[in-house]
Amino acid sequence: MAHSTAQATEQYNYDIVRKFTIMTIVWGVLGMFAGLYIASELAWPFLNFDIPEITFGRLRPVHTTLVIFGFGGSALFATSYYVVQRTCQVRLYNDGLANLTFWGWQASIVLAAISYVMGYTQAREYAEMVWPIDILIAVTWVAYFWIYVQTLRRRSQPHIYVANWFFIAFILATALLHIFNNMAVPVSMFSLESYSLHAGVQDAMTQWWYGHNAVGFFLTAAFLGMMYYFVPKQAGRPVYSYRLSIIHFWALIFLYMWVGTHHLHWTAIPDWTSTLAATFSILLLMPSWGGMINGIMTLSGAWDKLRTDPIIRFLIVALSFYGMSTFEGPLMSLKSVNALSHYTDWTIGHVHSGALGWVAMITFGSLYHLIPRLWETKMYSEKLIYLHFWLATIGIVLYITAMWVAGIGQGLLLRAFDEYGNLAYTFVESVAFLHQPYVFRALGGAFFVVGIVLMAFNTYMTIRKGNRERAELDAKLAAKMAKA
Amino acid sequence: MKHETIETNAGWLIVLTLIVISIGGLVEIVPLYLIDDTVEEVKVAGKETVRPYTPLELRGRDLYLREGCYTCHSQMVRPFRDEALRYGHYSLAAESKFDHPFQWGSKRTGPDLARVGDKYSNEWHVQHLIAPRSVVPESIMPNYPWLLENKLDYKDVGDRMRALKIVGVPYTETEAEYQANVERFGEEVAKKLDINSAADNLVAQANQGNYDGNPRVVSEMDAMVAYLQVLGTMVDFNQFEDGHFVKFR
Repeated sequence: MAHSTAQATEQYNYDIVRKFTIMTIVWGVLGMFAGLYIASELAWPFLNFDIPEITFGRLRPVHTTLVIFGFGGSALFATSYYVVQRTCQVRLYNDGLANLTFWGWQASIVLAAISYVMGYTQAREYAEMVWPIDILIAVTWVAYFWIYVQTLRRRSQPHIYVANWFFIAFILATALLHIFNNMAVPVSMFSLESYSLHAGVQDAMTQWWYGHNAVGFFLTAAFLGMMYYFVPKQAGRPVYSYRLSIIHFWALIFLYMWVGTHHLHWTAIPDWTSTLAATFSILLLMPSWGGMINGIMTLSGAWDKLRTDPIIRFLIVALSFYGMSTFEGPLMSLKSVNALSHYTDWTIGHVHSGALGWVAMITFGSLYHLIPRLWETKMYSEKLIYLHFWLATIGIVLYITAMWVAGIGQGLLLRAFDEYGNLAYTFVESVAFLHQPYVFRALGGAFFVVGIVLMAFNTYMTIRKGNRERAELDAKLAAKMAKA
Repeated sequence: MKHETIETNAGWLIVLTLIVISIGGLVEIVPLYLIDDTVEEVKVAGKETVRPYTPLELRGRDLYLREGCYTCHSQMVRPFRDEALRYGHYSLAAESKFDHPFQWGSKRTGPDLARVGDKYSNEWHVQHLIAPRSVVPESIMPNYPWLLENKLDYKDVGDRMRALKIVGVPYTETEAEYQANVERFGEEVAKKLDINSAADNLVAQANQGNYDGNPRVVSEMDAMVAYLQVLGTMVDFNQFEDGHFVKFR
């Protein structure tokens, strides 16, 4: 056993995977707590406490950055580094460079969070990092790409496994988006502030080309890569359809890049871009569901595992939410629906059914598969995994239901007219209406946060157990060697 | 080519992926720079009425970004009847053509601010920013008392205008540039866009406008309210026929 441990650590670089796995959970706890806090600020505004650093406007990018790039990003580094080694059957290229991606990425997240609360921001959604952090991210990303390509080139398998196609597309697209969306001129060499190269219409177009593809590639394509490894592994079944994976891969990465403008329906953007985006959004339903079907059907012949394996539950529920939110997305991209839903909490609910339901759930499932293998032991408690599953699922349902009520409700109030053709409600009446859904949303968020705190505890105990077992084994081995 | 070729060759996979993901952005973004009608011309008596921000308004806008106002307020009125009644004429592309970055927003937890300028008094804005619930009881906006307490830092306002000039905003440094602005916006506006007298212009506007109610100090509140009061006021829709702007949509 100890022998095989030594071999495994030599054959693959698990150290980097462990580090990113731990940070995934750390950022998950912090980022989701930040989300719970800002949700509570909306329900009970006194929580802003007149402290500039924690007002909603400054804390909201802290939440989005920690969960998307801290939690999601670290999870993708961890799993992509694991998957590329396992599927290529080769050790990850260059340990030093891999460590650089770890420290570069973590430093970017920490610096971003600190700078936001201090009031330094580019004021571009999901790209709020100021220009020096953008440069640090770009350097880290180039290293990531280089490691990935060099590892692929050294593979001992002729084929590049489908999970890696998605990871490669994610790495390339993220680089493209990051660079073009963050082009800016700094106020001076020593100023953290800068002004965007684009203005108005062109700036809006670029930002939402970025913004939606941060969803499309960072939060979808890459997590599909995760899905294509961990679902078949955990189910013990091959991927349902090889042909489907080819078709939906190319269709997905092609179509996604067109749809960003559906965030700009009815604005001053030219109508033709908006119409193109709506059209492609509808088309996008097909490759999205292609991925969902391919994932869920992988379980065919092993459906009984849903009863006995909590990890499979996480993975399958994740795919179900993926299917649901990729149906809701095209619906909301229709101009007539968007006229009501845009600017309301329906959008927030939609994002979270994707982010909590799909991204976080597939991550939880994958990590529960991964953690015992990384520390060579069993999970400390399977019961806690079940509990986490239920807390997370109930939390999401509460969250998105509350946001449907809030969003559709506010949309209807704002467009209501009285019998004389005057506006039936003032804006602030719609705000007052939001209070109750906001309380329920915060409650749903609290469920989700408790869930990930349990996961953190379970992981901590598992790592301790793994280390203890390993020490015992080493001691036994040493005793044997001494005897001999 | 068989798909197997791509699956067994990382180079092919990378090149083809790059091509496939580049098309959408190229088709949708590049034409916005090339098609003239994308941003409509707004001229009254031969002068453009949408102008860059004055130094004080610019600093106010910086504060608007700093506090993350865009996370709850949009600046984009859509062409619907309820929005016309609530906010006014729908927003034109031209109205944000000097906005680096744009502030159209994506969420209205609070109302749209694209046309908030001149709707409320300065005193109302100051009171509302310090303690929103004292004027709108149901509001859930945070209090911003520090805007009134903090002195405005404007020592780098010239650097800021120079950076904006690089990205295309017509602030001026030379006499020739100034004359071009006189031609384009008229003399009164051109003076305010001159980088050489930026700090003087800023202090003068703060003192004259007295936005925060305290003429002795230039506070962050002065800048913020000056910015809010100019939003949506640069196009006088009475000067144009009904439907004049529809052809640009």
